Amino acid sequence: MTNTVSPADERELEAIVAEAAAHGAALAVEGGGTRRGLGRPVEADTVVSTAAMSGITLYEPAELVMAAKAGTPLDEVETALAGNRQRLAFEPMDHRGMFGSKGHPTIGAVAAANISGPRRIESGAARDSLIGVRAVTGRGETIKSGGRVMKNVAGYDLVKFLAGSFGTLAVITEVTFKVAPMPETERSLIVSGLDASAAVAVLSAGLGSPFSVSGAAHLPSPSGAPSLTALRIEGFEDSVGARMGKLRSVVGAPGDADICDEAASKDLWASVRDLTSLAGESDAPLWRVSVKPGDSPAVAKMVGERDNRALLFDWGGGLVWIAGAGADAGVMAVRAAAGAAGGHATLVRAGREVRARVAVFEPLAPPAMTLTKQLKQAFDPGAILNPGRMYMGI
Amino acid sequence: MSTIALPEPDSATLSRRDEIVAGLDALVGPGALISSEDERRVYETDALTAYRAVPLAVVLPSSTEEVSAVLAFLSDNNVKVVARGAGTSLSGGALPSADCVVVGLARMNRILDIDYANRIATVEAGVTNINITNAVSGRGFFYAPDPSSQLACTIAGNIAMNSGGAHCLKYGVTTNNVLGVRMVLIDGTIVELGGGHLDSPGYDLLGLTVGSEGQLGIVTEATVRILRSAEGARPMLMGFASVEDAGACVAAIIASGIIPVAIEYMDRPAIKVCEAFAKAGYPLDVEALLIVEVEGSQTEIADLIARITRIAQAFSPTVTRVSKSEAESAAIWKGRKSAFGAMGRISDYMCMDGVIPTGRLPEVLRRVQEICTGYGLSVANIFHAGDGNLHPLILYDMNDPVELQKAEDAGADILRLCVEVGGCLTGEHGVGVEKRDLMPVQFTPRDLRQQMLVKNVFDPGWLLNPNKVFPLDGRPTPSDGRPPA
Repeated sequence: MTNTVSPADERELEAIVAEAAAHGAALAVEGGGTRRGLGRPVEADTVVSTAAMSGITLYEPAELVMAAKAGTPLDEVETALAGNRQRLAFEPMDHRGMFGSKGHPTIGAVAAANISGPRRIESGAARDSLIGVRAVTGRGETIKSGGRVMKNVAGYDLVKFLAGSFGTLAVITEVTFKVAPMPETERSLIVSGLDASAAVAVLSAGLGSPFSVSGAAHLPSPSGAPSLTALRIEGFEDSVGARMGKLRSVVGAPGDADICDEAASKDLWASVRDLTSLAGESDAPLWRVSVKPGDSPAVAKMVGERDNRALLFDWGGGLVWIAGAGADAGVMAVRAAAGAAGGHATLVRAGREVRARVAVFEPLAPPAMTLTKQLKQAFDPGAILNPGRMYMGI
Repeated sequence: MSTIALPEPDSATLSRRDEIVAGLDALVGPGALISSEDERRVYETDALTAYRAVPLAVVLPSSTEEVSAVLAFLSDNNVKVVARGAGTSLSGGALPSADCVVVGLARMNRILDIDYANRIATVEAGVTNINITNAVSGRGFFYAPDPSSQLACTIAGNIAMNSGGAHCLKYGVTTNNVLGVRMVLIDGTIVELGGGHLDSPGYDLLGLTVGSEGQLGIVTEATVRILRSAEGARPMLMGFASVEDAGACVAAIIASGIIPVAIEYMDRPAIKVCEAFAKAGYPLDVEALLIVEVEGSQTEIADLIARITRIAQAFSPTVTRVSKSEAESAAIWKGRKSAFGAMGRISDYMCMDGVIPTGRLPEVLRRVQEICTGYGLSVANIFHAGDGNLHPLILYDMNDPVELQKAEDAGADILRLCVEVGGCLTGEHGVGVEKRDLMPVQFTPRDLRQQMLVKNVFDPGWLLNPNKVFPLDGRPTPSDGRPPA
């Protein structure tokens, strides 16, 4: 029977963590609970929720900066930004479709899990827009790193280090993000019928062009319908139109090419971002493979020989979503293919029992694993925060 | 002559100098060990020239394996290590001590691989910043971070300090443009962090490494993003009668949804010195000058410049001039990029590197002026206006110890002011030795302790660049932060 506590502020959270640390009691850390399926299962009697620490604490549109407490719903942040025609540049993915989960994603979890989306290729991930954090460590001590200004190299960059640490080092209590203007419009070039190799070549030509491509994805079609390969351009109306024309001639657009309007382009990239086409069984094994873009066709081919299927190529091919087959989620084939290409694979969705057994995050080489263990200890000496969420024993 | 306390050199290490030099000699190739005093003296300082110390020895390895062997030997012998790229640090990041060995990366300057299809380059860490761009510019690509010292500074130093530059408003700083590194830990272990792909598995050890000022390991190779250059770029100049007008104009441009590739600000004293040096055609009768650069096709550039000009009208610029040629653009940027050098021709100066919320600019500039006047010193201000990174140049006479003290005190007051208004101590130069003792102004003891526990993990004996970043008092012992055995 788990018990959920929702501290109202950092002081209450400090007390809760310190108490748990004194007793060696594990705490599961949660925002809106929409991404519980990410990572290994955490065994803890108490869930610490950031839900009661909520609200935007700073927003200066002319300085492109916004700060919010960790439990602030992402919706609330995005609505406030949209009011000034601004947005989070990294286009965070909504995992509700993929996991079939309910509730509201929080801004703190976006940082803690380093969530990003298709615009990663142009604007970076959450980590690249995150400029400040406050967090309570496993000692029950509030620390901060970074701040509210765009550039800050005073001391070590714990902002980046905490981004993507899945609550295993500290409970993030407040985040500050650099924000970006929302473009006037967007459009996408859609080429249909390409195989993965031809598609990645088209995406690479687009990304290597001077036309500021902000989305580059390939959607194979298992049903026999033609595949889709898409490149997005955003900006002022006239500029988008002009660049789209030039992009089309640069990529050569083999096969059928079409330019889709703003509404269709927005729908397309929302579906790429949230993997709408892959929703379905909430525990069907799904891998997220990170490689050099040019290696992705070979990775897809290698895993395909073992019944796994490459479902979507984003980031110009640098990110491949793969359906894992079999009781072990196809781990051997997927990791072998990713490893052969010098990349890595994360099992982002699978049943609880599979995630407990199969290494969810790519196993690290011994020196990096040693550092990881020691760094965990440096932040959370009692190993009470989200124990085992990323690696067994961490 | 220095006013920042540096620890007494370790006499045990000094007394073993011959033995240490002999040990190093056996590990590196011919000519890679520098032990004569005259030659070692070349390495006694960096661009923070008020501080000097001749190191015990200097080694210039040619490979990661040599760096590994050298660090393993030095850690076995408990000898301090200061890594050095080109020695352009303005914060004393590469300042040696008499009991340290400098590991210089100057010989590791090869570009190992350029992969246009994947838009990455893999280089040895001693390559200069500009040489990455030079290697790929023929194909229309560039490496984005562009610190003013980019002709000389190395990617190793850029990674150590997380360097920025004038164009980071659009393209980000070093940490946003490095995908992977090969790094040697103090015990000689070689680690690979990140790679050619966009995100790392596990904790972001790469993000932690960038900006760690050579205190966690020595980076020997890096994989960086290369970007396709825009079709064209053009700067424009706008002069204003007041700081307030210029500051409000910057805010209005950004609030309109335009992110220029660069927005640079100079005050009257800075304009005068830069114009005298570069003959860039800067207006001399304005209080504040903005250099705004936009990118794109010729049509897009014209459109953006028209939009910016329209926005600026509300702030009554006294001068608006759009560059009409490549030569004019180059002259405009030459003036800005050589600002520090130009200032150095007329006076010694101390370059501050605080960051402020951009909305506080008028107030901060007024108080910077008051602070410097209070010490009887002059100041000129250069400002990356889009991102809030302020570079007050405090003019003083280096040979006058009283003036040096005053300049350092004024600089410290300015940085305290930056923190007070919501900013930070350093935006791109790093803490080094210069701002080490100001860290408690920005950070609580707990904040600093957590950072130092990270240092403990990588370097329990505190041998890597030990006199920097953290105040000398209150450092944890190697066993701090670990559970009892």
